Amino acid sequence: MEIKVVRKVLDANDIMAGENRAMFAKKGVFVFNLMSSPGSGKTTLLVETLTRLAGKVRAGVVVGDICTTHDADRLAVTGVPVVQVNTDEFGGDCHLAAHVIRRACEGMDLDDLDLLIVENIGNLVCPAEFDIGEDKRGVMLSVTEGEDKPIKYPLMFRVCDMAILSKVDLLPYLDYDPDLALRNITCVNAQIPIFQLSTKTGQGFEAWMSWLIGKVQAKKGAA
Amino acid sequence: MHEMGIAMQIMDIVKSAIPKDMPDPKVSAINLKVGKLTAIVPESLRFCFTIASRDTPFADAKLVIEEVPVRVVCKECRAESVITGPDFSCSQCKSRELAIITGRELTVASIELAEPED
Repeated sequence: MEIKVVRKVLDANDIMAGENRAMFAKKGVFVFNLMSSPGSGKTTLLVETLTRLAGKVRAGVVVGDICTTHDADRLAVTGVPVVQVNTDEFGGDCHLAAHVIRRACEGMDLDDLDLLIVENIGNLVCPAEFDIGEDKRGVMLSVTEGEDKPIKYPLMFRVCDMAILSKVDLLPYLDYDPDLALRNITCVNAQIPIFQLSTKTGQGFEAWMSWLIGKVQAKKGAA
Repeated sequence: MHEMGIAMQIMDIVKSAIPKDMPDPKVSAINLKVGKLTAIVPESLRFCFTIASRDTPFADAKLVIEEVPVRVVCKECRAESVITGPDFSCSQCKSRELAIITGRELTVASIELAEPED
């Protein structure tokens, strides 16, 4: 006997992500989900970004790692509220799911925020699959990784709304071909803006900051 | 990498699909649709499901996975193409302005229950 079911396996996650999205919309908080492989410089980028946003945008961060609170400690220096999620209590999950974000937000006053940045767990595979209720997804790729990462992990680069090529100050010392990396991103997803930047020198920061602030203001205006 | 969690979700969905009034139900097959543009490896999912379903009414269930190709429609010329590699471009006009039609599925389509033994 066959019974028709037709249910999305990630239904439970998608429903909760929808609820998160409604909650963020009500509060006028722009939510940015930042993803990358480990070591591309997500935390360093955010420390610099949050420092520059001080006094202009009220931001908060949810940072995911399997273990340790090192990233939260580094981010806390900027003075913004930070919630560290360690997924080892969820079985060492390789991604942040919608219910984890919900729980993390219980520790934050969303009324006091314009921007919530989710620093996802360093992984180019699984986080791409899980909607957390964000407005925009970004993927970061550093020039110390291979130029072919976008075509090796097409799902991640396809589901993102923007991409960052980081650590470009190192280019003179590397055999890295940034044009090839950009072509590979475009090959998978031609429709997304790409920001080339260096947190160390500040190169390219203006464009990234104005993209982010623009999105925050648009969300605030829509609330 | 998260196939175990997916296997558990599948079991929850199957559990709720079995008619409540059926005595000693035995699920013989679970029919899944898995898009090629998902972070799911069918072999890993099968392996995780075998472990997760031990000592449950689904222990003998066959996981039948129908892989769904990545099908896109071109926003420029409206042609449909199947994407088989990381190159997301229209097979007709080579435009990269595409919308995905299929390939992101991760769905339990149906389950098959073994006929009760008399």
